[in-house]
Amino acid sequence: MATWNPWQHMERVRRDIDHAFEQAGWQTNGHNGHHGHNGRTFQTAFLPGRAARAYPLVNVNEDAQALYVTALAPGLDPAAVQVSVQDNRLTIAGEKQRLSTDIQPEAFHRSERAAGKFVRTVTLPVEVEQEHVQADYKHGLLTVTLPKAEKAKPTQITVSLGA
Amino acid sequence: MAESTVAMPETEQTQAVTQAENPSVETTRPREYSLTPPVDIYETPESLVVMADMPGIDPAHLDVRVDNDILTLRGQTQHQASGDPRYREYTLMSFFRQFELGERIDQEGIRADLKHGVLTLTLPKAAQAQPRAITINAA
Repeated sequence: MATWNPWQHMERVRRDIDHAFEQAGWQTNGHNGHHGHNGRTFQTAFLPGRAARAYPLVNVNEDAQALYVTALAPGLDPAAVQVSVQDNRLTIAGEKQRLSTDIQPEAFHRSERAAGKFVRTVTLPVEVEQEHVQADYKHGLLTVTLPKAEKAKPTQITVSLGA
Repeated sequence: MAESTVAMPETEQTQAVTQAENPSVETTRPREYSLTPPVDIYETPESLVVMADMPGIDPAHLDVRVDNDILTLRGQTQHQASGDPRYREYTLMSFFRQFELGERIDQEGIRADLKHGVLTLTLPKAAQAQPRAITINAA
């Protein structure tokens, strides 16, 4: 039988707070000290930094018919982007192209754009029709349209007027 | 190449926005918040190359200018997502960033290329700023 343990509860709260700070780009001193932050704490509002964190960032929109996942991913080769759906998990994988290695390191004035391979999985809130998922890449935004499964669509119920 | 922020003359676009919102009142606060795009800047013997990540910007709404050795990048995003927001990790706003150019730039030869949300800007150095090998005459 489970008993209420206040210390365990506090530990969970502490982890939640750490998690919230990490999402904002702040490095907490706890369990994630391995993140390479280069001494920087806050990153640009949403753009890819050098920190190990969720990339690409996604927004999820919804209407009665479908879910729309928009990922912020400039500089990809559209042919190399892999979008897959399994059960209610959407996975986006790809590679942001690096600059040519011909450029000498000393020629750089600034180097802020991160590059490299990434994979991100988003758990979807409802069931979707996997065969009809569409992905579209435009101006550096990847939009995945996932039509909802029939049983996940809202049903309109007519209210009958009682006599 | 130092980063700097200077007062910008209003463009027609921003003027139109302010006037539509509030035709009579002048405002001293910045009209909008903007994002700072991350950039790579590197130098080749002939030019400076600036690459900036500006997702959600189409070429028609990107404004790149060099004025008094100040390079300004400004973009207005027009992206509209369908449906109602359920979960957000980012907000697309306009982009704005300025740099002070240390080198003499040949303004006629500037090339800008926007592809997949990445702006590549090639700023050729003016002839007098390019390295020149000097022939040594053996006496």
